[in-house]
Amino acid sequence: MKDFDETPRIERRVAMEWIISAAAAVPFLGQTVIGATSDSAAPVSGKGYGPDPNMVKVYKPGDLWPLTFSTGQRELVIVLCDIIIPADEQSPSASSQGVHDFVDEWISSPYSAQTSDRNLILKGLAWLDEEGVRQGSANFVAMSAEAQLKICQELSLKPKEFPGNFFWKMRDLVAGGYYTTPVGMRDLGYRGNMPMPEWNGPPKGVLDLLGLEPESR
Amino acid sequence: MPVISPKEVQPDYDVVIVGSGAGGGQMAYTLTMNGAKVLVMEAGRIFDPARETAMMHTPDMAPLRAMPTPDKQYGFYDSSVDSGWEIPGEPYTNASKEEKRQFFWWRQRMLGGRTNHWGRVSLRNGPYDFKTKSRQGIGFDWPISYDDLHLYYDKVEMLVGIFGSNEGVENVPHSSPGVLLPPPKMRAGELLTKKFAKKIGIDVVPVHRAILTKQQDADRLPAILHPGNAKAQKILAENMRSRAKCFFATDCHRGCSIGAAYDSATVHLRPALKTGNLDILPNAMVREVTLNKEGKAKGLSYIDKVDGADHHVSAKVVVLAASSQESVRILLNSKSSLFPDGLANSSGKVGKYITDSVSSSFSAQIPALENLPPHNEDGTVGQQAYVPWWLCKEHTAGRLDFSGGYKFIVGSGRRMPKMSSVRGFDRLAGRDGTGFGTDLKEDARRFYGSTVGFGAQGAMAANDDCFSELDPEVKDKWGIPVLRFHWKWSDDELKQIAHQQESMASIFETMGARISRQPETGNPLKVIKDGGKIIHEVGGAIMGDNPKNSVTDQWSRTWDVPNLVLSDGAPFPNTADKNPTLTIMALAWRAADHVLDELKKGNV
Repeated sequence: MKDFDETPRIERRVAMEWIISAAAAVPFLGQTVIGATSDSAAPVSGKGYGPDPNMVKVYKPGDLWPLTFSTGQRELVIVLCDIIIPADEQSPSASSQGVHDFVDEWISSPYSAQTSDRNLILKGLAWLDEEGVRQGSANFVAMSAEAQLKICQELSLKPKEFPGNFFWKMRDLVAGGYYTTPVGMRDLGYRGNMPMPEWNGPPKGVLDLLGLEPESR
Repeated sequence: MPVISPKEVQPDYDVVIVGSGAGGGQMAYTLTMNGAKVLVMEAGRIFDPARETAMMHTPDMAPLRAMPTPDKQYGFYDSSVDSGWEIPGEPYTNASKEEKRQFFWWRQRMLGGRTNHWGRVSLRNGPYDFKTKSRQGIGFDWPISYDDLHLYYDKVEMLVGIFGSNEGVENVPHSSPGVLLPPPKMRAGELLTKKFAKKIGIDVVPVHRAILTKQQDADRLPAILHPGNAKAQKILAENMRSRAKCFFATDCHRGCSIGAAYDSATVHLRPALKTGNLDILPNAMVREVTLNKEGKAKGLSYIDKVDGADHHVSAKVVVLAASSQESVRILLNSKSSLFPDGLANSSGKVGKYITDSVSSSFSAQIPALENLPPHNEDGTVGQQAYVPWWLCKEHTAGRLDFSGGYKFIVGSGRRMPKMSSVRGFDRLAGRDGTGFGTDLKEDARRFYGSTVGFGAQGAMAANDDCFSELDPEVKDKWGIPVLRFHWKWSDDELKQIAHQQESMASIFETMGARISRQPETGNPLKVIKDGGKIIHEVGGAIMGDNPKNSVTDQWSRTWDVPNLVLSDGAPFPNTADKNPTLTIMALAWRAADHVLDELKKGNV
């Protein structure tokens, strides 16, 4: 598919000079964060960022509150990330963008809205490992890719009850986490967040597809 | 004169203004540019949009992908700090326990107030909007007409910088030639909506917003805005030159560090400070207006939030611009032997007649917009197109079963994705279960950017059921009594909602859209946005031509206390089918001119 990403741009350097805030210019690329091992059943111990946080600072999982996943849980979520968003010819996988660490950040959040997600995710991860054992493996990660996929396919059919609702929630977090990274946004077809000297409306090719005339004003 | 602490408060201000948002900012600007010595008091901290706003950040740079939390209730990057529906230690209450009779109150405790994060939609009230009682038989007429405000709207638009167009729609006034900046081109979804809405007689036109689509004409405008005032012209020209035009990226709700989108600190307070006539006192929580022996306003008592100590400030004129309901609260808490029921309340009308936008929304997925080639649709991120009320003639002929008109904003586009952006795609793809893997990636590419949403906002006339008063028991953390709200939607407003739902759905029908639910016409209470939720609440100290049934005169000056002026939404006798901010600023400029007159004549 042709990509109409050809609008003249202001050079990023110039644009950033416009933005007086120097810190706004620092990009954050995916980083590996080693998850702290902790008792997964424990309630979260961190505090929120308060009503007046530094909005310009770039944060990464673990900066604001302690993470939850053990090494084993983190490995399991990496596998799930890449079943939910695998690499294809157009874009890389969810784990390549550090989405598993975002999931950890989310379920470790001190805010009450995430607490139920925490319980569901941890319960679901434990269920997956038990299912691995039931099927003769050491845990879920040790299973063959085919066997892992088969379990996920079954879970995807019943999104309203456990453990299917766990899989729905994991999909929600992984997809949301992935498509809010620069790589995921590009894969969706988002081409904005790019300072431009002018905005000329949709490209002619798009208007033609829709049977629309360019605005005359 | 700069940002000060309580120790540095001067003894001889001409005017003290409570609040630094659209109304307080415009008041401070007009007064200081014309030589008055002014103190602006702000309950929140100093906030600098140039340094503190995260313009180009992607959600992965924020905690929790920038999703809302109790600490940041519109999301991490929303340009609001120490603000929210609920603020610890600063409660308000509702008289009713019924779910649909609740009022929600957003407080923005920071320099610039709500102007930091609003959507910048800036529409003039039309001539009919000032004559609700005469035209609709309910509510009140304003003591002024559109003609009294026309030139003030022009002035505010030239100062602030508003894009938009004159379209010749009934009750949607034209700006004078050379005032508006060019509107941005519509996005694909907006053009598509325009094409199909036209088929059923509904016009989609460019909206008006406070964003510079080109740089302001600093050689021409200052002389028009400040004739014969060389100092003001020079300061304004410099400020206009310091504001960049929009670079067509990033959401205005994040604030604008380049000055392309209006906020009070950048456009009003910065030049006001340059005059040398303005002091700004942050972290000052006002307790009450104080009186002298003659019953005139002497000043304000306030709490320094930094150390909790009580202080007092005096001025010749006191202006309340704390947001409509916070100003009401200050009046009601200013009790004295002269005003046992609260200041300027001899009419008993302080707190009465709160109105708000009557609002519902509707969104749908448009198959024609699926799988479009990726392209940048940021534009002036946010609203670019709207449907002004198109049935004035039907109203005049009495052919509608509700009294207030409404507009609706058209939202479309390939916006910056957020956590929820792919959530509905299972349903669109016809999956019963949870899509994942290659299926999910294909769904996401296919459906992203293919939804269009309409947000209707309609007129509300004043009624007896919607008001605020002091809660007899609850106090905030400084011991100041808090407001208790009463709210009830009328049948008239619910009928308007049903009409909104039907008309929005009918446009989607012509577009071949896939709707997720039927328009809610049977029980509009289900879809009406709760009172306060649109953050357009006004009234509570309405202006009128009679001291018996209104709180202020046409200059927003209280009938009872001649040197006490209201400069926010409190004096609005009704809500129009237009957003209130531009009218707040036009009224503030007009009220400021009157205050300057009175100062010159020595009347205050």
